[in-house]
Amino acid sequence: MKKQSIILISCDHFEKDLTDDIVKAIVHEFQHPVVFKEYDFEISNFYFPGRRQYDANKILKEVSEMVLPGSFKKIGLFRVDLFIPILTYIFGQAFLNGNTGIVSLHRLRNELYGIKQSKTILNERFKKVVIHEIGHMFGLIHCQNPICVMRSSTYVEDIDQKSQNLCAKCKTEIGIS
Amino acid sequence: MAKQVSILIVDDEESVRDSLYNWFIDDGYVVECAENAQKALSILQSKDFDIILADIKMPGMDGMEMHRRIKTMKKDPIFIFMTAFASVDTAVQALKDGAYDYVTKPFDPDDLSHLIRNASAQIALKVENENLKNKISSLDNVEDMIGESAALKAVLKEVESVAQSNSSVIITGESGTGKELIARAIHANSPRKYFPLISVHCGALTESLLESELFGHEKGSFTGATFNRKGRFEMADGGTIFLDEIATISSKMQIELLRVLETKTFVRVGDNKEISSDFRVICATNKDLKSMVNNGTFREDLYYRLNVVNIEVPPLRERIEDIPLLAFHFVKKYCTSMSRDIISIEHAALKQLEEFEFPGNVRELENMIERAIVIGNGKELRLKDLPMGKNVISSSIESLDDLERKHIATILNKYEWNISRSAKALRVDRATLYNKIKKYDLKQEK
Repeated sequence: MKKQSIILISCDHFEKDLTDDIVKAIVHEFQHPVVFKEYDFEISNFYFPGRRQYDANKILKEVSEMVLPGSFKKIGLFRVDLFIPILTYIFGQAFLNGNTGIVSLHRLRNELYGIKQSKTILNERFKKVVIHEIGHMFGLIHCQNPICVMRSSTYVEDIDQKSQNLCAKCKTEIGIS
Repeated sequence: MAKQVSILIVDDEESVRDSLYNWFIDDGYVVECAENAQKALSILQSKDFDIILADIKMPGMDGMEMHRRIKTMKKDPIFIFMTAFASVDTAVQALKDGAYDYVTKPFDPDDLSHLIRNASAQIALKVENENLKNKISSLDNVEDMIGESAALKAVLKEVESVAQSNSSVIITGESGTGKELIARAIHANSPRKYFPLISVHCGALTESLLESELFGHEKGSFTGATFNRKGRFEMADGGTIFLDEIATISSKMQIELLRVLETKTFVRVGDNKEISSDFRVICATNKDLKSMVNNGTFREDLYYRLNVVNIEVPPLRERIEDIPLLAFHFVKKYCTSMSRDIISIEHAALKQLEEFEFPGNVRELENMIERAIVIGNGKELRLKDLPMGKNVISSSIESLDDLERKHIATILNKYEWNISRSAKALRVDRATLYNKIKKYDLKQEK
């Protein structure tokens, strides 16, 4: 039986080499075909002036309501600063064991922390966050293995320390050899 | 595996509840939500949570009031308050009321992770502490004294009544009757149970060694004193000191001991600084101290100082009905420790055990059972596995004392008078072996 696809939705402008790289990484980690789509997303509807950030809960809901034929799991890519009511910021979020997730590049940029800009580091971080959120959509919770991509990361430095791969335990849990 | 930490989120804002729920679920916690304090209290009627994360300002009952009500429910979760309005007064009040912490919304993701991780660590410590307390209590409980006889029950009743007091106790009884177990039971049921029980076998030490053992010594105070050492009285601070074989101590030590018991202060060997220690003293002996006082070998003033309460442990021959219970207890104990199936005891073997006099009391019975399990067939404890099953004693014209003397001498010679190895081979402690050597006047052949 043909495996269902994971849809990678670009809701902002991303360079092709980055998205191609992410697609490859997802296929490698989850062994599912990936379809890349561009979507004209009206992000201004989700702006919260009080915090000068974008409401991740509302964005996640909007992405989950997108009608995309043949989609098994879908993940939206953004460039804006995401928040949820209780947290000052998030890198991304997804429904645990659900079919939708979102991630943003905004807080992954070196220059936000006064460090020299690096496209390579940024792309690596973004790829890891995307795989991490897809892992949640497959039902994986945070992993204690320090190099597993499912390790919880609250700072960019935490993301840099882990790999972009699922550990053996996480792979077994979702039935990937 | 560690227990999963459970969290109850109480907040009137749905988005806050959902966000926190998703955040904690991703981390593998067990999470439930309540939209108000009333709902939370109702959930808590039937469930316990490790952590409660609650908003302070909620319509109806606020978080502080909810916290007070939860405390009256005799529940003890870790309470963390959240609020959108940071106010020092409220924070101080919350902490005064016993809250674990206080956070202002929105929080930094890392702060939230740390907060919950620290709270989880505290829960783990609390659980570990409870487990250790239970372990200590169960190990040293009177339940270790096996038996249903009236004689043993009377002793346990005395233990129960004396445990709560601070009085000195002398435990008397024949060798192997379980005097040390009685001392442990007294300590384990006393208010001092969370402090140490320090045991000293006075019979196994020479006068100078005993002095250094009890009072400690300063570096250089004698040859071999290469470091400062705390004495047993100092170690027993807050707890109990158990002095076994008290009748064997020298007259000099009797005077020293009396002084320490009266003042609860002492000086380390080689030092002049007074150290005070709060301890309870329990002594044990298989000698008749009263007659030793009468013949002048034990100080009368020390005797009265120690003999506030006297507990006489009956010999096994006076509690024959306990022999089957003890035998089954030791069978279970040794089969478990040797990773064997628990075996039954042959009727004839049990009957022999009940008829045997057991001069060595419970210790002798225990050794007998252990040996029988080692040499037995692993299915049943048979009469022929027991020493009396081989008619060794009944066919002998010698007395039991003669047999014991010969056997001890043989073992001592075999191990070239190495006391530790000989005691191990005889399955008695060093103190008992020293006493037997003294009793039978055994001497090493030159």
